[in-house]
Amino acid sequence: MSATVEHSEQDERGLAGLLSRIWARVRGGDLGALPVVVGLALIWTVFQTLNPVFLSSRNLVDLTMQCAAIGTISLGIVLVLLLGEIDLSVGSVSGLASAILAVSFVQLRWPLVLAVAAAIAAGCLVGLLYGLLYVRFGVPSFVITLAGLLGFLGLQLWVLGDAGSINLPFDSWLVQFAQHAFLPPWAAYLLAIATAAAYAWSHVRRARRRAAADLDSRSYGEIAVRSGIMAAVLLLVVWYLNLSRGVGAMFVLFLVLVVAAHLALSRTRWGRAVYAVGGSVEAARRAGIRVDRIYLTVFALCSMLAATGGVLAAARLAAANQSSGAGDTNLNAIAAAVIGGASLFGGRGTAFAALLGVIVIQSISSGLTLLNLDSSVQFMVTGVVLVLAVIIDSMSRRTRAAAGRG
Amino acid sequence: MSAAATHHTGRERVLTMTGIAKHFGAVKALTDVDFWVDEGEVVALVGDNGAGKSTLVKILAGVHPPDAGTIDFGGVAVDIGDPADAQELGIATVFQDLALCDNLDVVANLWLGRELTVDGRLDEVDMEQRTWALMRELAAKIPSVRVPVAALSGGQRQTVAIARSLIGDPRVVILDEPTAALGVAQTAEVLNLIERLRERGHGVVLISHNMADVMAVADRIVVLRLGRNNGVYNAADVTTELLIAAITGAVDSSGRRIGSAGAAPGLGAAPGLGAASGAPAAAPPAPAVTHPATTSEPSPDSGVIPLRPRRPHGGGTR
Repeated sequence: MSATVEHSEQDERGLAGLLSRIWARVRGGDLGALPVVVGLALIWTVFQTLNPVFLSSRNLVDLTMQCAAIGTISLGIVLVLLLGEIDLSVGSVSGLASAILAVSFVQLRWPLVLAVAAAIAAGCLVGLLYGLLYVRFGVPSFVITLAGLLGFLGLQLWVLGDAGSINLPFDSWLVQFAQHAFLPPWAAYLLAIATAAAYAWSHVRRARRRAAADLDSRSYGEIAVRSGIMAAVLLLVVWYLNLSRGVGAMFVLFLVLVVAAHLALSRTRWGRAVYAVGGSVEAARRAGIRVDRIYLTVFALCSMLAATGGVLAAARLAAANQSSGAGDTNLNAIAAAVIGGASLFGGRGTAFAALLGVIVIQSISSGLTLLNLDSSVQFMVTGVVLVLAVIIDSMSRRTRAAAGRG
Repeated sequence: MSAAATHHTGRERVLTMTGIAKHFGAVKALTDVDFWVDEGEVVALVGDNGAGKSTLVKILAGVHPPDAGTIDFGGVAVDIGDPADAQELGIATVFQDLALCDNLDVVANLWLGRELTVDGRLDEVDMEQRTWALMRELAAKIPSVRVPVAALSGGQRQTVAIARSLIGDPRVVILDEPTAALGVAQTAEVLNLIERLRERGHGVVLISHNMADVMAVADRIVVLRLGRNNGVYNAADVTTELLIAAITGAVDSSGRRIGSAGAAPGLGAAPGLGAASGAPAAAPPAPAVTHPATTSEPSPDSGVIPLRPRRPHGGGTR
């Protein structure tokens, strides 16, 4: 009997190979970011036709700024979805964080850094509590966090007390950061180029190591094309945003969080364990993964990111009030994660789902606002888009099963 | 891997279990069971449902601690308190449900929980390289080690699960019904893999209901019946009919039990079991294995085809 393991992907090198691999993946139901990118193009086309202001640099800058807070919350949702769990209370937790920030900074006159840290630490505690309830008592996360949705909304109102609404001083660095901090144009360009260069460098390094180990590796040509496209897109975005105010510091912070989460998920043992638990808890447990720790860390991270989102939202609004984190915050964050491609069934999706999803959600919201349609229509449209995203998720799952791709 | 180094010097005893007993409440799952495995040996563990095969294997895997009896591993008496102990000793178990993560690729599944890292980051290159090497060594038919496990056939998934159990270079590999639910070609694939494990010097414990598979790969066959030993046979010397007779109780264990003094009076002790094991003992006597350390097998690396009933499972594979 001859050795029958083959490097089947080795024959498909180069650009043609890349395209055919992508096509094969799509046909197998491994859609990746394709539906959301197509959807986004569709949404942008429609709104641009209805109102030419939509794709103006000014509006897109606003869009990026709106994305940061919800996107950060959504990033946490992506993490819990990867485990096949859910956190319905991120809105309340973000509202609670806003309230803690405002009360401790304005009323108790704590240093701002301390107030921010307290708000985020509160989020961490909430997440650890969820995690403990989940691993100790096996209460479904759906129920725990539904209770948290109500409970922490109550806590938020209690923290705010009689004040109802607390304004953050405009001259504090937090508000300045959220409202007026934009990268100088040169820095934004530099950042774009540096990102593409880092991407190229890490892939060249990997390709070299793989080639040295006699494994199939990406050709330098492919890496050059990929990072070239990446650099071109990033530079185009930066150039366009720079036509008005530029790239917001808060948006960059969100992007940094997304990239950090992506690296943690794809390059560390912890990330591998997250995907494993999402794929099969029992298999993960038998492989010696401390499943309880994974649940605890993920719930804690999710609530911390929700709290961070609450702080950013309060900073952007320069106020925290009883409706902080209420209304559509919760569902927008969850919808963004699902629309971005994080599977509700667990074990599938990347950190970039939060970025793509939140851009879709905020595009709809911004476009409908520009059309002077009120929130009733916004809610309905967002609902429809969410259902579409879930249908795509379910259908691609079925196609994958049929094509045997998992 | 290093395990193959020692079996040239003859079969070294890896694992010996003596007088193992285990009960769950009032149910006696195992009573005074003896079991041993040599390196480079495939031991089939057969018996009807409820005979105690799974319990015995779970004791080895560290899932249940035994109530009585001793376990001797590599010449040292050991306690196997939990699955981690078993893994540390070098006992790997592939359970029937395989416990693979469908959403992860072959490499990720193989190294799950034991990932190699450089500076805290996953060392994908090293893991993938070693995966290829292991798959080649096992002559495994896997299209690519970078496909999600869900894309693989049942036999391939079994292969991945078995390959995963080899990552820690265990001395004993336990396979729980590896061919159940597999087609003919896939079964052949897995049986080939089992022979490869033997060639690498692993002691293999094979639990199976399928007598054809057992006869095809096993060197020695241990029959359990109602929680007790009911015979140990050299695969070369036994017929399927005799095995089935031993499994069903048409042949009882008198005269065929190995090595445990005082076992015979204990036979009728289990209430309610005595009647069942009192089945006619009139079947033709099978040759008893009195000295289990010297089986009639030729050394597996000698290239001699063993003289024993054999399914033509090599033909279905390329």
